[in-house]
Amino acid sequence: MPTYSFFVNGSARTVQTRTDDQPLLYVLRNQLGLTGAKFGCGLGQCGACTVLVDGEAVRSCMMPVAAANGRGVTTIEGLGSPDQPHPVQAAFITEQAAQCGYCASGVVMATVALLARKPKATRAEVQAALAGNLCRCGTHQRILRAALRATGTSP
Amino acid sequence: MSRREPVAVSRRAVLAGGGALVVAFSLPLPGRGQQPPVVEKALGKTLDPTEVDGFLAVNADGSVSLFCGKVDLGTGLRIAIPQMAAEELGIGVERIVLVEGDTALTPDQGPTAGSTGIMRGGVQIRQAAATARAALLRLAAARLGVPAEALEVVNGEVRPKEGGQGVGFAALIGEQQFNLRLDPQAPLKDPGSYGIVGRSMPRPDVPRKVTGRHPYIHDLKLPDMLHARVIRPQAVGARLLDVDDTAVRDIPGVQVVRLGSFVGVVAPDEWDAELAARALVTRWSPASSLVGHEGVPAWMRKGPFDADQKLVGKGDARAVLASAAKKLSATYYWPTQSHASMGPSCAVADIREGKATIWSASQATHRFRRTIARLLDLPLEAVRVVYVDGSGCYGMNGHDDAAADAALLSRAVGRPVRVQWSRADELGWDPKGPPQMLALEGAVGADGQIAAWRTQMWIPRATANLPNIPLLGPADAGMAQPPGIATGLISQNGDPPYATPNVEVLVHWLKDAPLRPSNIRAPGKIANSFAVESFVDDLAAQARIDPVEFRLKGLSDARGAEVIRRAARMLDWKARPSPGPGGLGRGIAYVHYKHGETYVAVAMEAEVDPGSGAIRVRRVACAQDCGLVINPNAAMQQVEGNILQTLSRTLLEEVTFDAAGVTSVDWARYPILTFPDVPEIMIDLVDQPQSPPLGVGEAASTPVPAALANAIFDATGARLRTVPFTAERVKAALAAARRT
Ligand code: FES
Ligand code: FES
Repeated sequence: MPTYSFFVNGSARTVQTRTDDQPLLYVLRNQLGLTGAKFGCGLGQCGACTVLVDGEAVRSCMMPVAAANGRGVTTIEGLGSPDQPHPVQAAFITEQAAQCGYCASGVVMATVALLARKPKATRAEVQAALAGNLCRCGTHQRILRAALRATGTSP
Repeated sequence: MSRREPVAVSRRAVLAGGGALVVAFSLPLPGRGQQPPVVEKALGKTLDPTEVDGFLAVNADGSVSLFCGKVDLGTGLRIAIPQMAAEELGIGVERIVLVEGDTALTPDQGPTAGSTGIMRGGVQIRQAAATARAALLRLAAARLGVPAEALEVVNGEVRPKEGGQGVGFAALIGEQQFNLRLDPQAPLKDPGSYGIVGRSMPRPDVPRKVTGRHPYIHDLKLPDMLHARVIRPQAVGARLLDVDDTAVRDIPGVQVVRLGSFVGVVAPDEWDAELAARALVTRWSPASSLVGHEGVPAWMRKGPFDADQKLVGKGDARAVLASAAKKLSATYYWPTQSHASMGPSCAVADIREGKATIWSASQATHRFRRTIARLLDLPLEAVRVVYVDGSGCYGMNGHDDAAADAALLSRAVGRPVRVQWSRADELGWDPKGPPQMLALEGAVGADGQIAAWRTQMWIPRATANLPNIPLLGPADAGMAQPPGIATGLISQNGDPPYATPNVEVLVHWLKDAPLRPSNIRAPGKIANSFAVESFVDDLAAQARIDPVEFRLKGLSDARGAEVIRRAARMLDWKARPSPGPGGLGRGIAYVHYKHGETYVAVAMEAEVDPGSGAIRVRRVACAQDCGLVINPNAAMQQVEGNILQTLSRTLLEEVTFDAAGVTSVDWARYPILTFPDVPEIMIDLVDQPQSPPLGVGEAASTPVPAALANAIFDATGARLRTVPFTAERVKAALAAARRT
């Protein structure tokens, strides 16, 4: 069986998959027990599965595990916890920016990736950066407020 | 079909259900959440909704378990109902443990649908809490030797009002039953004294949701569980002719399950199950029974019909319209739409040894339990359905179908099975919001009010007393199910909410729907209000009266008038007839939801690019009076969700289908609103602490399409009467407006 090694949330992990086309999303969720990233479409269209690979927001449903070999993966679980949230997560909590929350993990990851590039992103820049993250519940306004709060701009 | 020896699994581990669920999730559940450990102790408790013990229990540590038949679909009920109970009991909300939608533990409070979560479910639990508080006062009075009137309940303790030693809930009745009937007359607290209800307390699930720790049904893992995919028919109504499993035989542990025309694959590894589903070769009988989305309006006119029904008949609308000097008429169409949940449906079932446990995001676990018992021919007591959060559903999406799939597969392979639908399964096969057509006629009198109004509706008729909509898997497996369709109450709000001496509302009930329907958020009311409130605007424009003024003139209900005024004020509305001078347009629409519940007015600013036909919504202002507000922040979030989701439905959404089946099976072909198109939203909730709480999950979606259509009319003079408002339709409407 093909074996792959990479860092996940700072720890070295080795996984085996029967086929090399297994998406990273499935490995994270089923082998590593990291269920924060969600399956929304498996087509690269919704962003629910977003994780960071070497700091870049990546759709883990579209990335074969082979492509993650040797790289550094950060999932939503690696950012913070309910007791010690990452500043972006803390902003989302303050704004109560989740309804069903199924999109939340992907939206948070995409926001983190944006703010790493542009710590003072404007509302329009956040809107553009999240254009590929879908939310069906209509939580957008809160998410935008949370992202702006995380930039230090009062929403 | 290959079968496998049943694997010995501790029944207790699985049937313990609640406990097993906690264990099954590899992540801890911090704070109050789903299925805490107290749950296991409660198994065997009464489910009787007329008993206090049905709804609540005092635990050994003095905390209170609430057993709630309604579930939190991302709606905030998980904090709001504990707030209502905590307030009435006299205990901190952090000491409440909420158990939702577990048929072994929670009374049947009906489906979580129709905005009834707080209005009925919460109110029922509040009454149980009030009954319990009276009982706690009596117990403490006996214990302390003082009259109950001299006691008060504060922070989980009953104590003398004058001060002195009190006694805690645990000491009074911890781990014992109340053995008390719920008293519908038990006195409620005066809202003026509320300290918990009315506060924007944070929702307990949000920290877990934004840190990836919240357990969803998709994340549930049981010992020995297999992953499954179902291969849906190539066309609606097609029969499975044969299955060739050559290509999947190499996949480790894979099993193909075939029951009639129901076919699924299971495997220990989820990706293997996915690969097997893709590789399995299936051959289907040809089927081309559908009218196709473009054929729906003509199909609706033609029938077959079930009956005509006059819903409203006041005065003589037909005669007045026939003799009116100036009358208007228009037809409106609302297409088939999908719930389009962000996560495709998922469920886990364990059907073995004559027992069934199903974990599902069902909105109606008790109803589904009866359905599963009937389908699997099991006694009701042998079936347990446990609610676990899914992706938001806004009505009945594919969750019950997926759960039935899982049940059929688990029974076949004798192990717990998790079924995960694909994106195409969800958009293609979720039961759909049905299409609606309305034809309106109206005339304005010399007094500037509506003189006569006539509505005709063409809508599918829901089957009376249908126990459950026919589910896909069992239907394909050839299992008997009561036939029929469900739609929700889709004929409401089809008449103008303004004074009119002559009104007729006539429904042409269609026997069927073009695709299997179900209830979708604010069933029917959105389309009806779209037509009614657009047409009211047309009448106002014809009479050259400002749209706000026209509405207020005809409205005697003060609470309704107040929300209209507030919504208009937020947009700094200047009185003048529509259309305006061009550029940015403004529109307003109003609903008294279901004729007797929440009041909502939505005002909106929008502009249109005449070249591209693109619509830009700038600002949305919503004023809502939903009676007593339990948690303002959570209520506002529902209003925001209603507005944005309905903008999406109005601007973009139509399920497309051909004779064989749905063709809008991914997000490219069923696009929804995205972040760049999100307008600014302003919300004003009217504070009505002395009025009963009304629903917030649906009402504010209702006026959204008409407010937008009216804003576009104000901006351009063009009238959009068909949803979605595509660029082509906008350009056609602009061209038509230029011609007149
Ligand atoms: S699940 Fe990966 S983009 Fe939708
Ligand atoms: S919060 Fe439900 S999809 Fe975004």
